[in-house]
Amino acid sequence: MKKSDFTILVADDDPDYLFQTVNNLGRAGYKTVAVESQAEAESVILKMKPSLAIFDLMMENDDSGFILCYKIKKKYPDVPVILATAVAHETGISFSLDSEAEKSWIRADRYLEKGIRPEQLDMEIMKLLKI
Amino acid sequence: MPELKVLVVDDEPGIRSGVSRILNNFRVAYPFMDEDFTFVVSEAATGEDGIAMIDGDRPDIVLLDNKLPGIQGTEVLEYIRNKSYDVVVAMITSYASLDVALKAHKYGATDFVPKPFTPQELKSSIENITKQLYLKRITHKMNEEGRKVRYQFLSVLSHELKAPLNAVEGYLQMMQERQSGDRIEDYATPIERSLQRIQWMRSLIMDLLDFTKIRLERKEEKIEKVYLKNIASNAIVTVRPYAIQMEVAINLGLKSDAVMMADPTDMEIIFNNLVSNAVKYNKRGGKVDIVIDEDEEDVILLFADTGIGINEKDKADLFSDFVRIKNEKTRNIGGSGLGLSIVKQVVDLYHGSITVDSVPDAGTTFRVRLPKKFN
Repeated sequence: MKKSDFTILVADDDPDYLFQTVNNLGRAGYKTVAVESQAEAESVILKMKPSLAIFDLMMENDDSGFILCYKIKKKYPDVPVILATAVAHETGISFSLDSEAEKSWIRADRYLEKGIRPEQLDMEIMKLLKI
Repeated sequence: MPELKVLVVDDEPGIRSGVSRILNNFRVAYPFMDEDFTFVVSEAATGEDGIAMIDGDRPDIVLLDNKLPGIQGTEVLEYIRNKSYDVVVAMITSYASLDVALKAHKYGATDFVPKPFTPQELKSSIENITKQLYLKRITHKMNEEGRKVRYQFLSVLSHELKAPLNAVEGYLQMMQERQSGDRIEDYATPIERSLQRIQWMRSLIMDLLDFTKIRLERKEEKIEKVYLKNIASNAIVTVRPYAIQMEVAINLGLKSDAVMMADPTDMEIIFNNLVSNAVKYNKRGGKVDIVIDEDEEDVILLFADTGIGINEKDKADLFSDFVRIKNEKTRNIGGSGLGLSIVKQVVDLYHGSITVDSVPDAGTTFRVRLPKKFN
């Protein structure tokens, strides 16, 4: 399969970051669906099955990304999910508070720090999509 | 009811049973505590037994005789200090040589109870020790909680500072790789967006400076007579260019001269934040009414806008750090999420109050009351 056969759902409430991610994915050859909120992402999931999803952690709720992971995995267990966050190590505390309990039900396939290079993101995606 | 464990280490059985008898029915109460303290006493006849019981039972208070058959009281004391146990030690001793007193002091004995003691002497000593223990533990707990809050603040702050950097970095990479073409005109939007993000970041940093200032500054020296009318006019002048852009009219209604004792910078913080919010969250063609009034005690300030409003659910968190209401209407409005938290802190500093009334899509009114006299 070619990269253009895959559709990636990207949810991020930072319009600039969303624009850049979608731009980079497009340049890499993927099709994309971009949404700016958890609510929009939820309605997209109801209507279509993406090949892969990239969710920002904090959107209208602090745990929007977690909720989206849960919902998409419930509906499409085989869709790989990347959880992108700018706060991976700073929020160590708020993560670790419930992380053991949450790990059992949040099944993101990758946690990625925001600001990674476009080529790196592409490599992670190719691994997950087994291209 | 909090129960404190007392261990008495003394080779005289009479002293041990005496202490047990006196303290088992004793309770300590303070006006600032919700509950009384009671005591449960255990006994050891030698320093060696004492150490074993300290390791096992972790008493809160140890009453320690110095002259013991085996190891001496000061050695027990040294052991406790080396283990860093959270325990208060009082020496009970019939004669205290200077040497013993110095050693006991060095290893942190809190009190001396001279033998023989009356029940009243023991009780008053225990009362002191209990108070110290309570204060020590409560301070420790408050420091821990403070640290946690600070840590959370810093983690959100670093998120807020990194997001614009990521955005600007991404746009610069696009330009570096000439993704949209070779002409500078091809990058009008990335440049525009980068400048916007940098501007928001700058205002976050300004807010942070206000924030630190409120927390660190000594107030007393800066208090002077403040004419709120002037402060309000300045705030309006500052926000006017933005208001013109937004087509929002600002009216200032003076129902009194409202003079109060305050640090003028604090009043600027209140006015600048509330006036600029009233413009920022308004609708095109809307208006802002600022009213300055007073009664006997307080200055009363009203900031009313005809903007997007706040729903009940969001009101609860409005004054917390970094809270920004995220919805379709606010997505293109930049802000640090610190403004109202800063305003609230200033208002609290003056023992005033701030309340909010709001109807979604109709407008929001903030009401501030500040005592005219600073105390």
